Amino acid sequence: MTVYLVRRLVQALFVVLAMSVIVFIGVFAIGDPVEILISPDADQIERERAVRALGLDLPLWHQYLVFLGNALQGDLGRSFVFNEPALKLILQRMPATMELAFGAMFIALLVGLPLGLYAGLRPNSPASKTIMAGSILGFSLPTFWVGLMLIMVFAVQLGWLPSTGRGETCSVLGFVGLQPCNVGLQWSWLTGDGIAHMMMPAINLALFKISLVIRLTRAGVRETMLMDYVKFARAKGLSPARVTFVHVFKNILIPVVTVVGLELGSTIAFSVVTESVFAWPGMGKLIIDSINVLDRPVIVAYLMIIVLMFIAINLIVDLTYSMLDPRVRLETKGA
Amino acid sequence: MSQAVMNGAAPAAPRKDKVETPFRRFVSEFAESKVAMGGLIVFTIIALVAIFASWIAPQNPYDLAQLDIMDGRMEPGTVGGAGFTFWLGTDDQGRDMLSGIMYGLRISLIVGAGSALIACVVGATLGLLAAYAGKKTDTVIMRLVDLQLSFPSILVALMILAFLGKGIMNVVIALVIVEWAYYARTVRGTALVERRREYIEAAQCLALPTHRILFRHLLPNCLPPLIVVATMQVARAIALEATLSFLGLGVPITEPSLGLLIANGYEYMLSGKYWISFYPGIALLVTIVSINLVGDQLRDVLNPRLKK
Repeated sequence: MTVYLVRRLVQALFVVLAMSVIVFIGVFAIGDPVEILISPDADQIERERAVRALGLDLPLWHQYLVFLGNALQGDLGRSFVFNEPALKLILQRMPATMELAFGAMFIALLVGLPLGLYAGLRPNSPASKTIMAGSILGFSLPTFWVGLMLIMVFAVQLGWLPSTGRGETCSVLGFVGLQPCNVGLQWSWLTGDGIAHMMMPAINLALFKISLVIRLTRAGVRETMLMDYVKFARAKGLSPARVTFVHVFKNILIPVVTVVGLELGSTIAFSVVTESVFAWPGMGKLIIDSINVLDRPVIVAYLMIIVLMFIAINLIVDLTYSMLDPRVRLETKGA
Repeated sequence: MSQAVMNGAAPAAPRKDKVETPFRRFVSEFAESKVAMGGLIVFTIIALVAIFASWIAPQNPYDLAQLDIMDGRMEPGTVGGAGFTFWLGTDDQGRDMLSGIMYGLRISLIVGAGSALIACVVGATLGLLAAYAGKKTDTVIMRLVDLQLSFPSILVALMILAFLGKGIMNVVIALVIVEWAYYARTVRGTALVERRREYIEAAQCLALPTHRILFRHLLPNCLPPLIVVATMQVARAIALEATLSFLGLGVPITEPSLGLLIANGYEYMLSGKYWISFYPGIALLVTIVSINLVGDQLRDVLNPRLKK
């Protein structure tokens, strides 16, 4: 197990390094920030001073080493636009994205599980067919367009929910050690106004996941219903409700929750779209804005954080699986 | 596709599963699902509309001379200054939405199908190579595939477009990089099984060149799952392109795809002018759903395990 763990960690480290090179070179290849940041009226000397101040006169490999050295110390550069540390900018916006992603996951489970359970228990009923057709629709609907339609119906025509922004936030001090800024983390879900603002973006982000949960749950239920222990529980004369909720539901919950956990990363990535539609001030909106103004340090910092997050999620999942299932461990050793 | 399936049967290798179904049986099996046939018909109509957009659209939305700013933001059904009816309304520039959608569909389909095709060629080649060569080649290619599939498509595309900038070509490049891994994985999976069959051995005994074995013997027998993946990926590519264009990272404003048309209507949404975003979205949705329906049925028909 230790060998496997070390091997996996080293692999992850290499991936992080490789990604940092790709991200750095890739971002370096995009337009010249000098053109954007320095006013065209500036004379040659001013330009050169600015170029040097930004460290843009060094050769590429040198810039990369400087970047890597700083990154290891938690310094991912200063935003050209905000003139603040890029990492701080992103971490400030992270709670907004996180609460949106978790909210969406929560909704996906809340809606998807019962619907999937029903569709699995009565696969041939018209209601189940409607649910399954709906899930195909959920897979096909373009997220951003649904977002616009939600705004149109619930914000513009009915006026029930606010269309953009985060609304009132409630400040709760987070983990002091992890916090680069000494301001408390801002949470929307702790205020009524915040929840009203969160409603539409979270539902929008959840749509795709609802379809996924429905399909997973349905497939799981249909498979589990054929198991001997379910037949036995029935034969024992247990009530259908008890068989469904204790024997079937509990068992399908494990794979469903695993997949949903895995999907957290992609939810965070896809929140880019939802945040842009609803002007939700999270990381995703920041990265889109930064790409549009070529704010290199923020782009690099965002991509690095996301890459790290994904590698961490994958690593945790792999390790958990290998702990639970020895076959995975042996297979990797053999390869 | 007919050609492809028939080619698959051509070597007449003794096969247990029924991949060598004649084309006619394939068609009749496909036609069993009315929903899928409906999807196919709808998609054909959409494709025809896109191809012949410049002939059937009431207006050329790119030709500024035909636009009248006075017609801007008209409701669906109003008669404009030029004398024809704007059935789906107009956008802020006075562009007929119906014409805009037809031209937009063309761009969406070209980008979606084009990128899917290139990704298919690249991915299938690498997948075949991985399965056939094995060892180091296989490890390297599959590691790359695994690495890439561990990141969500939108993130990879976002990263690439952040590097490359806007433009139709760049979107295609980004989509190809996002998608090739799916093809490679699918083809490798099938090819690993196929390469152990006798006909490959026979081809090797004849000392045929590797590329001939790969593309003339191995590839045709890996086609069925590849076709299914390709169909689904076209839909995914169209959706992803629309999303990227909506975010302002995709196609340039001069050649709006459906995603950009929807984005253009965003600011008018709040004042109740829904049609600028609504109708392009419907067009996008119908396109994606119809392709997915066809793909679903193709999967059922081409999957030997589901055969009765």
